Amino acid sequence: MQKHEYDGIIVGAGGAGLMAALHASRGGRVAVLSKLYPTRSHTGAAQGGISAALGNMEPDKPEWHAFDTVKGSDYLADQDAVELMCSLAPEIIIELEHLGLPFDRTPEGKIAQRRFGGHTNNETGKPVMRACHAADRTGHMILQTLYQQCIKQGVEFFDEFQVMDLLLDEKERRVAGVVAYEIATGELHVFHAQAVLFATGGWGRVWEVTSNATSLTGDGTALVWRRGIPLEDMEFFQFHPTGIYKLGILLTEGMRGEGAVLLNDQGERFMERYAPTVKDLASRDVVSRAIYLEIREGRGIGGKNYVYLDLRPETINKYFEKEGAKWPDGSPRRVTKEYLLEKLGDTIGFCRTYLGIDPLEEPVPVQPTAHYAMGGIPTNVHAEVVVDVQNTVFPGLYAAGECACVSVHGANRLGTNSLLDLVVFGKLGGQRMAQFIRQNDPPPLPPNPTARVEEELERLRNGRGKENPAEIREELRRVMMANVGVFRTRELLEGAREKIRELRERYRRARVMDPGRIFNQDLLEAWEVGNMLDIAEVTTVAALARTESRGAHSREDFPERDDENWLKHSLAYRRDDGAIELDYKPVVITKWQPKARVY
Amino acid sequence: MEVRIRIQRYNPEVDEKPHWEEYTVEVEPTDRVIDALHQIKWFQDGTLAVRRSCLHGICGSDALVINGRNRLACKTLVRDLGKVITVAPLRGFRVIKDLVVDMEPFFRKFRSVMPYLVNDERPPAHERLQSPEERARFDDTTKCILCAACTTACPSFWADSRYVGPAAIVQAHRFIFDSRDQAWRERLQILNENTGVWRCRNVFNCVEACPRDINVNKAIAEVRQALITGSRGLPLEDDEVH
Repeated sequence: MQKHEYDGIIVGAGGAGLMAALHASRGGRVAVLSKLYPTRSHTGAAQGGISAALGNMEPDKPEWHAFDTVKGSDYLADQDAVELMCSLAPEIIIELEHLGLPFDRTPEGKIAQRRFGGHTNNETGKPVMRACHAADRTGHMILQTLYQQCIKQGVEFFDEFQVMDLLLDEKERRVAGVVAYEIATGELHVFHAQAVLFATGGWGRVWEVTSNATSLTGDGTALVWRRGIPLEDMEFFQFHPTGIYKLGILLTEGMRGEGAVLLNDQGERFMERYAPTVKDLASRDVVSRAIYLEIREGRGIGGKNYVYLDLRPETINKYFEKEGAKWPDGSPRRVTKEYLLEKLGDTIGFCRTYLGIDPLEEPVPVQPTAHYAMGGIPTNVHAEVVVDVQNTVFPGLYAAGECACVSVHGANRLGTNSLLDLVVFGKLGGQRMAQFIRQNDPPPLPPNPTARVEEELERLRNGRGKENPAEIREELRRVMMANVGVFRTRELLEGAREKIRELRERYRRARVMDPGRIFNQDLLEAWEVGNMLDIAEVTTVAALARTESRGAHSREDFPERDDENWLKHSLAYRRDDGAIELDYKPVVITKWQPKARVY
Repeated sequence: MEVRIRIQRYNPEVDEKPHWEEYTVEVEPTDRVIDALHQIKWFQDGTLAVRRSCLHGICGSDALVINGRNRLACKTLVRDLGKVITVAPLRGFRVIKDLVVDMEPFFRKFRSVMPYLVNDERPPAHERLQSPEERARFDDTTKCILCAACTTACPSFWADSRYVGPAAIVQAHRFIFDSRDQAWRERLQILNENTGVWRCRNVFNCVEACPRDINVNKAIAEVRQALITGSRGLPLEDDEVH
């Protein structure tokens, strides 16, 4: 066991972690630990854009962005946090540009913007160009730019270190560090520090069809949960409408932003029925439900469980002409193959590679894919973790990005707002951490700091059973897809809860095949299955309790939103015996009273 | 369909040297090579180690030598390879275990070319302006995902591992030709060393290996031209690249 002394530890090296590192390292000695090489983080897979009301293409205002976000959240987002994020958006985009981010440009040399689902001109209700982008690899450019700047600034990295436990000083209820497993050697490391920020991303791997990387197993979220930190709004998980059929690989909403449309088996642009004003650019929850309903009513392609996404210029131009769509300079809006290839090169490439389909010539089969966690580790707007309904801060503990719940996304996140969330709250968290580490010294380490991790790993290495953890994981992913997906009922959720309990029982008898120390992925993946089981169970229990439909949580047995009883965040607590207890805290409302949500 | 997969295995805890092991898996023709490797890892032999994450060619984790060529296991479909597939780790780096190599020397070279924007002027309150043409100048090299497929396909790199290699030159190009950058002369000097761009012998293996379709050879040629002319000049036409 090796021991390291730092002031602050950042767990995860995606957009939130790197942004936090740039700012926190100004306050003391900070290290970033990631289970991957930083440039492998899933921020790099984000495609379409990052929103800010810069107004570079047409009139726009941060207030409109904030209202769209609140409406998109189905009124569950905390409006003070949303207003803060949207008002900081323009300056943080400029900061990214100054750091070197190669945004696409307008003819005048400004940052180019495009339309995205749920982002509107609040006066006309029509889609607005708010998504700043670098072709369709905006996340890649954010991740690269932040990593480059970390190199420039000399930030310390521990690559391929899997953090497995959070160390606390139980007496003072303060953070004391983390325990990490060095993947290359199998050695355990204790990092002693007075502050820890989790930026470990989401947990889309809990579902069978997902856009998420294999790394996204909710490790950070699950391990703080096992240390007694509650989780907020876990029942809300977003299904992105356009995953590549069967594979789940994401096809950016930017495709629809550039004019692509969804078609059913009859060739009908069915979103006209579900969202008459913004049509295919409605919020993701609305579009995903529409696709499921079309399929259920037999209008999937050939009666199967997918629909078409049509990006062909002739289709796009047909609808542009019908609608009288115009560019900002007033000329008729039309697209060519060359233009689409320049703006959407990567996504067009995915279709060619994985489906053998050229989307400029043929429509693409798509289905909703598990994409984004709205819920997570509860925090305030400074990314400080809060642990109860009074929002009491846990000293030294921070979370930012997808693993956190501020909450700016409420029951459904708008496209482009995740990248914004990463950089805004990564920065605010990093700044707060810098301040904290200047003012505080670390508490003593607990005795036997690695005991819990050693016990968990020992059980997986030398357990008496013969259960294959991979088998358990795949069964879990299937039941979550079937029972805790876009549409839910009490029956489905109860079935899932039973199945998860059975799998948890079998997990106790799990045993890995690889007994080695060096790069033992078998052991790490078996450990991740434990995290996935925890996350799945909390999600299911919270979903079962919420007897209403709001945003991404759609209960067919309770189809209406119920503001009287359910305009509140869920907080799930883990009792010492492992049972889950639910509590609720109010939503912060500043300007916008809940009203019916129509697109 | 059934395919046979031959994998170069090496576990330093038990093996003296690398050896080949063969597995048989049932796959769909449209499955990726990484899907086949997952089947082996999860249901046949859990000791197999291979890095991967995004599974769709964006994160750069799983560049491997597949049927003799450098490519991403998540971007190569089984149907394009035939019934026998061979998989080995990237050449030129120390093998940690099986298909996992030590990438640190690769990232050290990446860091050596100042891979970050340098501009010490006080920035304006808004964005620094850049025309679409100026932005297009370095667009191709912004696509790099640092997978190392190009560098480890390069005979000049195999011959002498001190060569900075195509990936680091691509990263340097991305900043040298960014109109906002002020350190392009320094970066050119780094690439003017005897470990830099002059080591390239125009074999074009890098271009063939790049899973992002970056014209690596053109980037190298543009850096050389900038060194000769002492200016960032105009982009090269494709027929000028040789």
